[in-house]
This record gives sequence, C-alpha cells and structure tokens, in this order.
Amino acid sequence: MSSEKSTLDQPVGGKSADKIFKWVAFACGALILVVLAAVFLFLFFRAWPLIGGDQNANKATIESFTGGKAHNFWQYVGPLAFGTILVAALALLIAFFVSVGIALFISQYAPKGLATALSTIVDLLAAIPSVIYGLWGGIVLVPAIYPFWNWVAKYLGWIPLFKGPAANPARTVATVAVVLAVMILPIITSMARDVYLQTPRLQQEAALALGATKWEMIKIAVLPFGKSGVVSASMLGLGRALGETMAVLMILSPGLHYSFRILQASQNQTIAANIAAQYPEANSLGVSTLIATGLVLFLITFIVNFIARKITQKVSA
Amino acid sequence: MGQRIDVKNLNIYYGDFLAVEDVNINIEPNKVTAFIGPSGCGKSTVLRTLDRMHEIIPGAHVKGEVLLEGRNLYDKDVDPVAVRRDVGMVFQRPNPFPTMSIRENVLAGVKLNNKHLNKSDADDLVEWALRGANLWNEVKDRLDNPGIGLSGGQQQRLCIARAVAVHPQVLLMDEPCSALDPISTLAVEDLINELKHDYTIVIVTHNMQQAARIADFTAFFNLKAVGQPGHLEYFADTTTMFNNPQNEEAERYVSGRFG
Repeated sequence: MSSEKSTLDQPVGGKSADKIFKWVAFACGALILVVLAAVFLFLFFRAWPLIGGDQNANKATIESFTGGKAHNFWQYVGPLAFGTILVAALALLIAFFVSVGIALFISQYAPKGLATALSTIVDLLAAIPSVIYGLWGGIVLVPAIYPFWNWVAKYLGWIPLFKGPAANPARTVATVAVVLAVMILPIITSMARDVYLQTPRLQQEAALALGATKWEMIKIAVLPFGKSGVVSASMLGLGRALGETMAVLMILSPGLHYSFRILQASQNQTIAANIAAQYPEANSLGVSTLIATGLVLFLITFIVNFIARKITQKVSA
Repeated sequence: MGQRIDVKNLNIYYGDFLAVEDVNINIEPNKVTAFIGPSGCGKSTVLRTLDRMHEIIPGAHVKGEVLLEGRNLYDKDVDPVAVRRDVGMVFQRPNPFPTMSIRENVLAGVKLNNKHLNKSDADDLVEWALRGANLWNEVKDRLDNPGIGLSGGQQQRLCIARAVAVHPQVLLMDEPCSALDPISTLAVEDLINELKHDYTIVIVTHNMQQAARIADFTAFFNLKAVGQPGHLEYFADTTTMFNNPQNEEAERYVSGRFG
C-alpha cells in the first residue's frame, strides 16, 4: 500500500453545482403548478361577479348576448359546451382513422425516402397558424365541400346526424370538424408513427414467422403495442380541438341549440369561438360571463385529460 | 413428419454486401442439425433463409436454391407467407405476444390460417401443443393469464408451442436457449429431443456443449476475416465433429483454441 491519501479522503468537487441544478430543476417543475393555479384563480375570480353577483344584472347581460333566448348562465353555457364537445369529437373521429392510416403507412409500408418526406410534410401541417386554416376553410373549403355535403344529406339524410337540407354556404359543424381534423392530424400522426416505429422487432418477426401477412402482422404485433400511445395522442388532439378558436370563429355560422344536425347552419357554437366573438363588445359583466364560460372550457379539457390518463393506464396495464 | 431441406449454391446478400457465400448442405428429415461457428460467420443468416425471414430486411436477398422436399422455396410463384406456415421458427429471446393470454398465444398462428376454429377443437389444439412443448402441466390452470407472466424458460416453451400449433414440417431455432438459465435450457433441450420425432429441426447455437448434446449433425460456419463473407467450413455428424473432425479450422474451434 502506498502512503498517499486514499480517494475516499479527498474532497469531491462539483457539490454546489449539483445542489444548484437540483433546485433549478425543482423550480421548473414547480412553475408549471404555479401557472396552472394562476390560470384557474384568474378564471375563478374574474368570473365571480357572475357567480356571486347581482343575478338580475346577469340575466340582462345574458339576454343581450343571446337575443333573449337564454335567461341564466346555465342556459347559456350548456349549448356552448355541447357544441364544443360535438365539434371536437367529430374532428377526432375523422382525424383518428386518417392519422392511424398515415402513421402505419409511414412506419410499415413506405420506403425510407418517402417515409421521411411524408413525416416532414405532416409535421409542417402542425406549423400552419390556425388563422390560416380559418381563411382556407372559409374561402376554399366552404364552397368546395358543399356539393359533397349536399350528396350526403340527400342519400344519408335518413341518419339524424346528416339530416338535410345541407346549408349553402356550408358554414356548418361538419365543415368545421373537417378543418379541425386537419389541424389535429399532425400531432396524432407523429405520435402514432413514433410509437409504431418502436414496436419490438422480435414481436413483428414472431408474427411473420407464424405465417402472418403484413396486415396480419400489424394486427397482431403493431396495433396492440401502439394502443396506449395512440389513445394518449388522440386525447392530445382532442384537447387541441376543444380549445381551437380562430378556425371555428371564421368558418362556423353560430347557433345555441343542443343540435346534432351537423349539415345545417346556425346550430352550434363553441365556447372558445364564442368568447372571441363576443369579447370585443362586452361590458365588464359581459366579460365576466365570458370568463365563466372559459372556466367551464377549462374544466372540460381538464376532465378530458384526466379520462385520457385513466384510459392509457388501463390499456397499458 | 419432418421434411428434408437441401441448400444448393446459396449466396446471401444484404443489399450489395455478400454476407454468406456458396452454402451447400443437406438437412436430414427428423434429425437435429446444429449450426455452430464464431460470431458474424452467418449461421443465423443462413437459418433465416430457410423460412425466407431473411428477406424482411430491406434489400436482403439470396441467389441459389433452398429445396424443401425438392421444391425450391425461392421459386417465383412461392409465397413467403406460405413458406413460413410450413417452416416454423423460434427466436433467440422468448417473444410471446404481450397482449395475449397463454391460450391466445398458442392459437395465434392457427387463427391466421383458419379463422373459424370451434372451441373444443381449439381447446384440444392448445392442450396438444402445450403438452408437445412440455408446458401443459405448468400452465393448464391459468391458460387465460398473460403469456408474459411466465418465466423466461416457460415463455420460450410457449413460443415453441405456438410454432408447433400450426403443424410445421420444419422447426428452426435461433439460439433458443441463449437467454435462459441452465435448468430452463435443459427443459428445452429435452423438448428438442422429443420434437425431432415429428419435425426436422435446425438449431443455431453458440454453445458447443449444447450442439454436442442434442444434434445429430453439426455444421461449422466460419469467416476468413471481418468484412469477408461467411461460409460453411465443415459439415459432419456430431460425433465426428467433436471427436475427430477432418478439418483443421473446425478442430481448432471445437477444441476451444479460437472463437
């Protein structure tokens, strides 16, 4: 043994950096909670005049917003919440299958060059601002899609959802759902693609070695493996669709009904688009009313995310 | 009954890279044939050409013939999917389908071929395949539990049951015991000894004692240098291979002097 000091007795450098980094990381983690609480408190206190204030004044405000159709807050926010969920759910329904199809094509079928190009294009879709989608939807899609909706109303009109006559111009929930579907497509597609690409090679080979065709292999190995990832991707997409404002505002002809007639105009409105539409002309109590609807939207997205987590846990368990 | 395989002038490529050159080998029916050799010599690659699994890697292809009872697997009108239903495969690490129960795992391959299997036929098949894989007694009370809940050795036997359930003629095994402990390895080796009565078995192994224990014939693959294609150096019955090999490289390898 040498007489030199053992490394055990030597001081270890970098201790303070270690501590600082720990606290910086902690602060970043805490910040997200603070922001969430701040948003909730803002919504709650600014909505308070409506919840706890003079109900006669509230009644007048809401009647002025709705042209006398709704007399209290719940009559007002109910159809808005309904419209929000309807539009988002339809958008998700359309986007889900297309996204899964694109993701499977990119991850399983496309040659490498094409897969990379497609991935990039899909990611680019996510970079388009929603106001551009709104413009495109309002100017291009609304007139272009009318003949299709008309056809749907004519031949599938016996399904209550597609009851005609199809509105022209097609500023309807159906058209908005198509635009929102395009908007949430990139996020679902890229997450689904990533999770499908992670399917263990061994699982895929197990299926192929049993004599599975490509599609059978996807059914046995790839889809079950990707299930929980795709569910959470869908919920992220749904969250985006729930809160989308500009595109809805610029396309939809609003209404305040609990209506499933997605091909007819002036049936539904979403919370977010309604806030944007009413806000510029609202007085202070009006703003409180709108903020209260915002609080409801906040709760809806919160619940959707919560349910999504539950589903993901169950699927992956 | 097992079928024989004759490999003739087989050259195996990954894209432009020649991975294994000019393999000629006759694999006898209802015998165990082991492939041994140093890493990178192409023994697994050769194995994967026998059920056309090689070609699922983009750019991978072969030149030459693999004859299953005289029929070339690489004929233009032979579908690789059909080949894989005749030639089963067990992999290096156990790979039961994680979302399926034990029962569903056994039936996975059968359901691809034959969608409408009635319940009692399915029950019989599950029992037969699991008995064949020496697993029935351990799992018969929990067939609906997930397959990945089993131990590694049990999972590997489940994979063997899954491969056997489609009634293949040939069973390929790619280092089936390399992820297993000695006791599980013994169970699988015993199983291989029984399975050869019904199937032709080709097994790749890194473990020379294993080859000596279970194989009737042994093929020694080698490569001249890294980056060079692998080739079949020497093929003999197992006793000759390990006691009196007529090939210097094989002698050096089995006696542990290289590799």
